[in-house]
Amino acid sequence: MKPVQTSASIGSETRSAGMALMGGLATRVMWGLGLPLLGLSAFLLVWSLAASHINTSLGKFPGPVAVAQQVQNMYQEYERAQQKKAAFYQRQEARNAARVASDPSYKPRVVPYTGQPTFVSQIGTSLFTVLSGFLLASLIAIPIGIAIGLSAGLYAAFNPLIQLFRPVSPLAWLPLVTIVVSAVYVSSDPMFSKSYLVSMITVMLCALWPTIINTAVGVASISRDLQNVSRVLRLGWWTHVRKIVLPASLPMMFTGLRLSLSIAWMVLIAAEMLAQNPGLGKFVWDEFQNGSSQSLSRIMVAVIVIGLIGYMLDQVMLLLQRLISWDKKAVLR
Amino acid sequence: MSEHDEKRTLNNPKRRRFMQLSATAAAVGAALGTGLTSPSAFASGKLGYPEKEQLTFGFIKLTDMAPLAIAYEKGFFEDEGLYVSLQAQANWKVLLDGVVSGSLDGAHMLAGQPLAATIGYGTKAHIVTPYSMDLNGNGITMSNSVWAQMKELVPHNNGKPVHPIGADSLAPVVEQYKKAGKPFNMGMVFPVSTHNYYLRYWLAAGGLKPGYYNSLKGDTSGQLGADVLLSVTPPPQMPATLEAGTIEGYCVGEPWNEQAIVKGIGVPVITDYEIWKNNPEKVFGLTSEFVSKYPNTAVRVVKALIRAGHWLDENNNANRLEAVKLLSKPQYVGADAAVIAKSMTGTFEYEKGDVRKVPDFNVFFRHDATYPFYSDAVWFLTQMRRWGQIPTQQPDSWYFDVAKKVYRPDIYRRAAEALVADGKFKPSQFPDFATETGFKPATDDFIDGVTYDGRKPNEYLTQFDIGLKGKETV
Repeated sequence: MKPVQTSASIGSETRSAGMALMGGLATRVMWGLGLPLLGLSAFLLVWSLAASHINTSLGKFPGPVAVAQQVQNMYQEYERAQQKKAAFYQRQEARNAARVASDPSYKPRVVPYTGQPTFVSQIGTSLFTVLSGFLLASLIAIPIGIAIGLSAGLYAAFNPLIQLFRPVSPLAWLPLVTIVVSAVYVSSDPMFSKSYLVSMITVMLCALWPTIINTAVGVASISRDLQNVSRVLRLGWWTHVRKIVLPASLPMMFTGLRLSLSIAWMVLIAAEMLAQNPGLGKFVWDEFQNGSSQSLSRIMVAVIVIGLIGYMLDQVMLLLQRLISWDKKAVLR
Repeated sequence: MSEHDEKRTLNNPKRRRFMQLSATAAAVGAALGTGLTSPSAFASGKLGYPEKEQLTFGFIKLTDMAPLAIAYEKGFFEDEGLYVSLQAQANWKVLLDGVVSGSLDGAHMLAGQPLAATIGYGTKAHIVTPYSMDLNGNGITMSNSVWAQMKELVPHNNGKPVHPIGADSLAPVVEQYKKAGKPFNMGMVFPVSTHNYYLRYWLAAGGLKPGYYNSLKGDTSGQLGADVLLSVTPPPQMPATLEAGTIEGYCVGEPWNEQAIVKGIGVPVITDYEIWKNNPEKVFGLTSEFVSKYPNTAVRVVKALIRAGHWLDENNNANRLEAVKLLSKPQYVGADAAVIAKSMTGTFEYEKGDVRKVPDFNVFFRHDATYPFYSDAVWFLTQMRRWGQIPTQQPDSWYFDVAKKVYRPDIYRRAAEALVADGKFKPSQFPDFATETGFKPATDDFIDGVTYDGRKPNEYLTQFDIGLKGKETV
């Protein structure tokens, strides 16, 4: 039997639902937009106040306005560089044509633009390097993590190595990597530049550890119930890893991967600065060395971009975890 | 070579004898080159296309890298069919490693670097130099407080200090530091840098001991028995290091002396032009392997660089303002144009507001600035010996052998002749290659008046009170 509803009760219900909805919306706007904006504007205020009180030998520390102007400047520089690039290819084409005319056996070859990499292309270089280093690190770290998580013996054998190498600073690895790569990677027509390999391997060496440790801990702490299920079903080793171990340890593994990626990004910038390998780190170091009146604001632009990219990388990992994870209700942040 | 120089050469009997000797040697060398090995690239004839078109050159953020920037921006490299990328390097060590490992094809280098690498001091590698990049261009800067104390001891004329200022006015300041038990630290840019040697020269001429290296015992600090402790700082970081108080002064190339004036943190007291008039400075360095593998490329690089050097000095430095604008771009030197202009346009600002004319502060072509003279190489080697980097006595012939191994006027000559054949230069703009011996006439244009004759390195060293000579070791 259906309860009879009076129009009044319906009205009041919708009204309260509506109010709840409105209230919910307000809260969500507040949390999603209001508070972050408040935080950001407070930061901008503190920044511009502090900046106006810091006098350096290169003039005042850049505030938000100076940095915004510099973003515009750098964009114009990028546009000019694009024009120069086009002119470069045109000249090259003409030169090649002239040489073919006088020397028909010559096979012209197009040399890539030789001008200074722009800020935009430095971002591209850094992103490519960090992603390849991180990918390589993950390919090595995940299997090792699973193996030492499954076997207490392996863990005992491997643990001292992890503890020994984990705290090593990227700046200590860099000279070793540089020298080894220069000695070992000898080729007349190399596929990768040495500077890329050096940055990439340094990043890889530093980004291994969080993934290994977290994967191992994740694998080792799978619940008894799940392990019993596997035992009862008499799953083979490989199926056990695939159906039980991986899904159950995925959240921990992703925590490790996210830590690794953020470390990879920090390490890359430091390595680029020290070794002068192309990328955002080199941009920062060059600007520091320039010591021009615009240098500080240009470095600040780079700092903000580095931060934004780090944030973006983390968000991408989060998205990936949501897609892959079995437990869609888990709270991820 | 100017008429004046030519006369000097011809009137010098020793120089003439040397010319005959080296002419014979050149003939033998040419015969060997054409007869035994594959056709010598540095023999005359039409210059071929470059074997390697895509090149990466390193440089340090200093105004004397200008020939590289100009050759790139003015299209001189492209005219030779070369596609060159220029990459700023963090410091001289990174740059040297880049050239040795091959990640850089060549670089703007300290004159001492190819020499030291070839004799195996520090990094061991056979590096050669076919092109000398400039004359002069350095300064010595002291912190404001040290300058204030020095200034009281410096003679004045019309209210302004009389230049050149010797290190004898620094000596009492260092003495005070010593009494207070404090070290007196100064910066230079690399153990085998011209800056190390000019700073040491200046200090020693004023009676201050800059300390010895003892490479037999592996001491590379260069501070044994020192009154003034010298240490390495990369050029662009000099002002920041001075500002931080780590050092009391430094010797560095431009614009990092004038930057101290602009930042208000220090005062350049002397330029290297006043320590040794028209002293050789940076060189362009390549590995000997590169030169023998890509001979046409090497010659073409030198052609482009000669044009760039000439452009910089043309019409009485008429192009310097344009060069300043180019150099102030972030990818080259990057300092503000106003700072770079202070020394690049024929003037030098000592104390704030004390701007003086130094038209030859930085020379890129005139006075045969780009020709790789053996006598310049020998001078740098004598300084390595003087301060213990070369630990034991070497016969004069050893100095000449090293110089000939590293300095390659044959490549320069090939480039110059090709430029003449292209109609871009007149033979009179270069030394007379038929008679040039590679040894400049003896000179006493030094702050201490000592005479340097490149043909007598051991005899030269005996003239100094401070420094190793003869059989002495540290």
